[in-house]
Amino acid sequence: MEAITARGLNVYYGGFHAIKDVTVSVAPRRITSLIGPSGCGKSTLLRTFNRMNDLIAGVRVTGDVEIFGRPLYGEDVHSLRRRVGMVFQRPNPFPLSVYDNVAHGPRVHGTTNGKELDEIVARSLSAVGLWETLKDRLREIALSLSGEQQQRLCFARLLAVQPEVLLMDEPCSALDPISTTRVEELMQELKKDYTIVIVTHNMQQAARVSEDCGFMLLGELVEFGRTDSIFTKPSDRRTEDYITGRYG
Amino acid sequence: MRIAPRTTQAIAKGLLLTATASAVGALVFVVGFVLAGGLRHVSWSFLTEPILDMGRAGGIFPAIVGTLLMVLVSVGIAAPLGIASAIYLAEYTREGRLTQTIRFGINCLAGVPSIIFGLFGFILFVNILGLGWSVLSGGLSLAAMILPTVIRTAEEALRSVPTSYRDVAASLGATRWQVVTKSVLPYAIPGILTGVILGIGRSIEETAVVIFTAGSAVQTPTSVFDSARTMAVHFYILAREGISNENAYATAAVLICTILIINTTAYTLMHRLMRGRRAA
Repeated sequence: MEAITARGLNVYYGGFHAIKDVTVSVAPRRITSLIGPSGCGKSTLLRTFNRMNDLIAGVRVTGDVEIFGRPLYGEDVHSLRRRVGMVFQRPNPFPLSVYDNVAHGPRVHGTTNGKELDEIVARSLSAVGLWETLKDRLREIALSLSGEQQQRLCFARLLAVQPEVLLMDEPCSALDPISTTRVEELMQELKKDYTIVIVTHNMQQAARVSEDCGFMLLGELVEFGRTDSIFTKPSDRRTEDYITGRYG
Repeated sequence: MRIAPRTTQAIAKGLLLTATASAVGALVFVVGFVLAGGLRHVSWSFLTEPILDMGRAGGIFPAIVGTLLMVLVSVGIAAPLGIASAIYLAEYTREGRLTQTIRFGINCLAGVPSIIFGLFGFILFVNILGLGWSVLSGGLSLAAMILPTVIRTAEEALRSVPTSYRDVAASLGATRWQVVTKSVLPYAIPGILTGVILGIGRSIEETAVVIFTAGSAVQTPTSVFDSARTMAVHFYILAREGISNENAYATAAVLICTILIINTTAYTLMHRLMRGRRAA
């Protein structure tokens, strides 16, 4: 089964038509990237999949979207967001301890047992490669970590609620090149268990990490397919122009 | 003529320093003056004895009790109500004509002279609702008076919490209420508490509202339905009617000390609370 399918998806911000008739399907346990110039709607499309757009006034969504076969608006938004989690552009841990950051989600969803929380924290930090470094520093304030560690912690905080899909909105844009490489390696690890959709400004990053790729322009999904074919033989002129750096 | 930048810098610094010094100086002078004139008349018996002979003799125990009771009632009502309103305005509604109207109303109320709240309380609580001159009428009227301040500061404190906290919490599947209670309120508490402390201060120092709604009984109130006078009212009556200058000063000194104690306690509690949160 496809992880995400959208048919005839339109998103409007008041009078502005931000996503125009997008039809796409995202395969499970792969990394799918969305590229395109600023304002093309790639972030909006991403935020549609966990209904984060609904938090903005005047947003209207039409069309069919299903997440693992279940309609986007067919279930409670809170359980949807638990299944479809998000990593943001800037590392944004809460000003709490490392432990409390990771335990935040499970606590929200009703896990209060200390032992259970300990296990979740250990498992989530291990999954993002932070356990060895931080297992003796769990009480430290998360803001004292490096940028890369903070972003990894945000991954761990998300994994703690056991989502199925990870949406990433330019997750490396606040990181230096070395940290970026390491976070990309982490994504390769994570895709074994999770479906990942990543929005990126960085075409090289899309080429490096993703199997599938979508190119967006002015709210349209111009082209969608295997990343290597998009980058080597794009079928649309606009995609080719963007990839070869004629604009963007 | 052009003045050298270094000169303007020196002048600016001098002016700013003078302004700060005069503000602090005036405060120190007022507080020092009152304490110097009052503290030497303050004794243990002054704090614990009843008001005798309209305040010429005895102590101010009833006024201390009246003050604390009145503050407790007013803040006990205004703080939950104000914080709830602020949460509604900042977290549960979208900006629109309704919120603008509410906010405009709050700002207007914040600028209304206290005597108006006294009159309002006198008509509504004392007469129409039949609560009479009582701590309850006084506390309710004071609550109405400090409510705008509490709402405004609390709303501002909530709005200063980064949006990203809300986004993250929501993206993890938290309901709006969970977002507010777990990811916004804890970080807004210092600001909210500042508003509450401002409210406490205004309740303590208020005279007009209290005279209109709580009366000025010299007996110690035993329930919120009794009439009572606060230290501020006691001071006002002693000074205005020329009953006892010494006792008026002594009352003022106790009043100032009470405010200092309440503020210090509140800020200490707040810091301990924040440290506790971080360590946990």
